[in-house]
Amino acid sequence: MTHTIRVDVVSAESEIYSGEATLVVATGELGELGITPRHAPLITRLKPGKVVVTEASGEKVDISITGGGILEVQPQVVTVLADSAIRSADIDEAAALEAKRQAEEALANRTDAMEIAEAQAKLAEAITQLQALERLRRTLKH
Amino acid sequence: MASGREIKTKIKSTQNMRKVTRALEMVSASKIRRAQDLMKASRPYARAMRKVIAHVAQASTDFTHPFLVEREQVKRVGFVVVSTDRGLCGGLNSNLFRRLLPAIREWQDKGVEIDVVAIGQKAVQFFRRLKGVNLLGSVTHLGEKPKVEQLVGVIKVAMDAYTDGKLDRLFLAYNDFVNTMTQKPTVDALLPLPLVASELAAHQASGESAYAGIKLEQTHDWDYIYEPDAGTVLGHVLNRYIESVVYQAALENLASEHAARMVAMKSASDNANKVIGELTLIYNKARQAAITQEISEIVGGASAV
Repeated sequence: MTHTIRVDVVSAESEIYSGEATLVVATGELGELGITPRHAPLITRLKPGKVVVTEASGEKVDISITGGGILEVQPQVVTVLADSAIRSADIDEAAALEAKRQAEEALANRTDAMEIAEAQAKLAEAITQLQALERLRRTLKH
Repeated sequence: MASGREIKTKIKSTQNMRKVTRALEMVSASKIRRAQDLMKASRPYARAMRKVIAHVAQASTDFTHPFLVEREQVKRVGFVVVSTDRGLCGGLNSNLFRRLLPAIREWQDKGVEIDVVAIGQKAVQFFRRLKGVNLLGSVTHLGEKPKVEQLVGVIKVAMDAYTDGKLDRLFLAYNDFVNTMTQKPTVDALLPLPLVASELAAHQASGESAYAGIKLEQTHDWDYIYEPDAGTVLGHVLNRYIESVVYQAALENLASEHAARMVAMKSASDNANKVIGELTLIYNKARQAAITQEISEIVGGASAV
């Protein structure tokens, strides 16, 4: 019986692949990696690209990792944690700034919200007055 | 007694209300399923992530990441609060805030300052009014299918604050989806990780299965081969781990929102039914009384002639 290694490929939004393999080839940050059963523990980032899994039957399965991810190797298990989208420090930084801006806006709008509530109250008052007038007019007509 | 026409308009308006609550109830019922599917789909990643983190924690590395070190002095505490964007979901958000407030007050009594990162409109609205709490970052309108990318910004804000030493503890508050009838307001430790690990041990001891499946695979001393180096890789892995935890919480909260809304709208429809029944009874009685009175007037008039 040939040795196999368990392979799990998952992304935050779904499970992509799970099975037994004799060889896993992935593109790590420092270059191509070929992982066979009983590999030493290793952990690295993956570049966006393909992970090729050779199953026990000799069949090759291509899994594309469009956003890159993390590869963890244990002697019996290979885990690929795929990112669901391309990420970079710049994009993350921009997102963080946006989150901060939203919070500041929420704080700045505090007075606006009060004004809106006040305006709404006034509007409701005006509407009831109009309705009362309308009713009065109707009764006068009769 | 109110006139017939007045009661009739009241019945009509209650019926219209019932239409709305029924529609909302049915919409939520169908959305629960989708939210639950999302939750299920993201579980394998969370499980794999926890396994990797458990391995990392066991590896005898000489590198220490700030996320792994418990700071002795706590000066500032952060809360990541996941809430809904919309209301009409019963006490879901207020239950969570009520669960959170004593914890916040307790820290404040110790002289600790509080920062909040808000996810969802309701949390933003709540915490911008709350005194002594600083809103660090916020994101709203995640929609029906939240994506990790939507949460990256707020998570980075919180983690940067932690790394820079502005926060000494980070907690995560959300509604845990137990089933359609039950949603549990939950506050979990997020950072530093030793705190999470001790909570984890408590969970396992109490037999809760949320963290089951993490077990020791190797007993002797070992360490990873890190490519390119321990600091970079661990930082990256820990970032992704926190993101996955917060994302999972957002999904749980989404499912909770729909479940809570469905239940709230169902009871609103039931109440509307009851009101309509009562009003109809009053209306019929009023009508009957009017007829009786008319007849007696006619009879009285006839006998007088």
